[in-house]
Amino acid sequence: MGAGCYVATTTERIDAVPEASWLSRLFDNKAFLIFLCMLPAAGLLIVFLTYPLGLGVWLAFTDTRIGRAGEFTGFDNYYSLFQDRDFWTAVWWTCFYTVFATILKFGLGLWLALLLNNNLPMKSLLRAFILVPWIVPTVLSAIAFWWIYDPQFSIVSYVLVDKLGWLDTYINFLGDPWNARWSLIAANVWRGIPFVAICLLAGLQTISPSLYEAAMIDGAKPMQRFRHITVPMLMPILAVVLTFSVIFTFTDFQLVYAITRGGPVNSTHLMATLAFQRAIPGGQLGEGAAIAVAMIPFLIGATLFSYFALARRKWQQGGADD
Amino acid sequence: MMRFTRRGTLKVGLGAVAGTSLLGSTSLRAEIPVNEATPPSYKVEDGASLRILRPAKFVQGDETVFLANSKKFEEQYGVPVKVDSESWEDLRPKTAVAASIGSGPDVILAWSDDPHQFPGATMDLTDLADYLGKKYGGWWPLAEKYGKDKDGRWIALPIGASGGRVVYRKSWVNEAGFDGIPGDLDGFLNLCRALKKSGHPPGFALGNAVGDGNAWTSWALWSHGGAVSDENDNVIINSKETIEALKYAKELYSTFIPGTLAWLDPSNNKAFLAGEISLTQNGISVYYAAKTSQDEGVRQLAEDIFHARMPIGPLGRPGERALVINTMVLNSTKFPNAAREYVRFMMEREQYDPWLQASIGYWGHPLKAYDASEIWTADPKHEPYKHVMADALWDGYRGSLGESSAAVLADYVVVQMFASVCAGQMTPEEAAKEAERRAKRYYRT
Repeated sequence: MGAGCYVATTTERIDAVPEASWLSRLFDNKAFLIFLCMLPAAGLLIVFLTYPLGLGVWLAFTDTRIGRAGEFTGFDNYYSLFQDRDFWTAVWWTCFYTVFATILKFGLGLWLALLLNNNLPMKSLLRAFILVPWIVPTVLSAIAFWWIYDPQFSIVSYVLVDKLGWLDTYINFLGDPWNARWSLIAANVWRGIPFVAICLLAGLQTISPSLYEAAMIDGAKPMQRFRHITVPMLMPILAVVLTFSVIFTFTDFQLVYAITRGGPVNSTHLMATLAFQRAIPGGQLGEGAAIAVAMIPFLIGATLFSYFALARRKWQQGGADD
Repeated sequence: MMRFTRRGTLKVGLGAVAGTSLLGSTSLRAEIPVNEATPPSYKVEDGASLRILRPAKFVQGDETVFLANSKKFEEQYGVPVKVDSESWEDLRPKTAVAASIGSGPDVILAWSDDPHQFPGATMDLTDLADYLGKKYGGWWPLAEKYGKDKDGRWIALPIGASGGRVVYRKSWVNEAGFDGIPGDLDGFLNLCRALKKSGHPPGFALGNAVGDGNAWTSWALWSHGGAVSDENDNVIINSKETIEALKYAKELYSTFIPGTLAWLDPSNNKAFLAGEISLTQNGISVYYAAKTSQDEGVRQLAEDIFHARMPIGPLGRPGERALVINTMVLNSTKFPNAAREYVRFMMEREQYDPWLQASIGYWGHPLKAYDASEIWTADPKHEPYKHVMADALWDGYRGSLGESSAAVLADYVVVQMFASVCAGQMTPEEAAKEAERRAKRYYRT
């Protein structure tokens, strides 16, 4: 900017000195500079995001197998997936998993954030501690859950059956489709709560205490303060966190792969695990890519929903809906 | 550089098999009978070096002796050898990529049917296979099946196979009123019912367990005379034999410990060693885990563990499956002679027998002469694993080995057909039909 201004305001002097080289003129060009500065970022995006995504979309139109180039087959993969019961189970279950896990994560996460927002002894330590489930590598917590849900060695069953005597038989956590599904949701919620709680806590801390004071002077009850101050003020950050959380949950892989590997009988395959199962161990790269590509519309939909539904400007400023 | 003698090599291997008394000192002089045969002359290229890709170990001795043998080759031939190990499920994609882009390893110890998926990528090893066959009394049928392509050329040399056998607690089987494992399907079912009644149920994996799930459900299918495909690779899984197999499995499942639908590969080993189940199907690893355990109680359990063949059904012959390690030399290797010489070297008795012994019966041998190996007599409990390669059936049985059979296996088509019936989600007829639909997608041309 500075150089540009200088050139523009001192035309006479420029005329006096010898013509600047093409290189320095090029670097004085604003458009060129913008392009140049964006190049590294754009390059990274193209190489590591656009290219793989494009390749994935392309592979989904071919019958490529691992180690063998495929031929273009049009919508063959999608057509075959359309008739595939396992694929539809995975689609349905992925949506179910995302919706319920997200609702639980947000309900419990918000509750936790509100608790942590109070003045508690050893507040910082407690907040750091809350993050542990989120920090632990997913594969490790998944394996821990695998043991917790083990049909023979589950600690939960052990306590309920052998110690307390409340149940007669061990709980079949992972052997029954619905038990397995809720077990996975529980594991996902356990893992996801800290992220939601800490983000919402950050949001809560930005709300000015004077608003609450004013409301209290007006005689607002705690529930009213929550509904008319906390919720609207939290909405922008809620929208962002929700978007992230939906994306993380929808594309979850490790928990399911480590705990059930999609079983029993494919009833817990998420789209991500099914895509991996078909593409890598199964070798059907094209079909796996098609499943992965089929996730994109859902992700875009979820993102748009949380963006438009929750990030409306008026709400952000604490106003009412139009 | 460390010097490995034959004796030293053995010690390394045996040391890994906790307790060197296991095989006794006579094993050092195990006599493998050989016939006169002239090895093919592979003149090792100047400046050759080799990269080997193999599966990660299941038992420590397997890897220890394999590396020691490779080191020995390195010293005798002056050819540097680098050995990489890949986990079970990663080996397959690595093999595929190496075979198709033609770079990376020179020799791959691939899984079962992988060499058949890349027909153009492997060297013809017929002369080597003929020589080894002649010298060591011939190849077992499963080795020929996995080694040869459709035209009878050897495109890979199977070096060992792991088979599932009945692993059981003798005292509990006796307590249930049986002397041993019945050899027929009805008797076996009765035994399992009796075991359940006495509070020591059996358990077989029905989750997506790549080894154990595929192994026992393939047995259940094949032993009833069913198969995924016929000799011409037509899908024939929706058959009355399959439905019989499914009905049988459902009966058998009713005797299992709860939760087997969630079982992955390690589950039956864990449950067996914890005394939760009395009987399962597995490789020899359960027995060895018990025998070499640090825990005195678990070590005593080894005394009570016995092995038997899976029962024989209407098929009229054993219907067990095997996991084969199948050595392929890639066409793309820069040093074809060094690579083939390496394979020959590893299969010769001076190297192979110590490796077989260090693998503690996990791998069964492909060459008949190794029947004489000490490993099969050192402990009578090894015996049921001796002839895995003599009579096991191949993946995609009745049909050919290749992409389709591999994909059906990788997608758990057979395991899930059984699991859905056992879980009560589908009738046998529905499950067979669904499996047919899925298999046909992989067998379409």
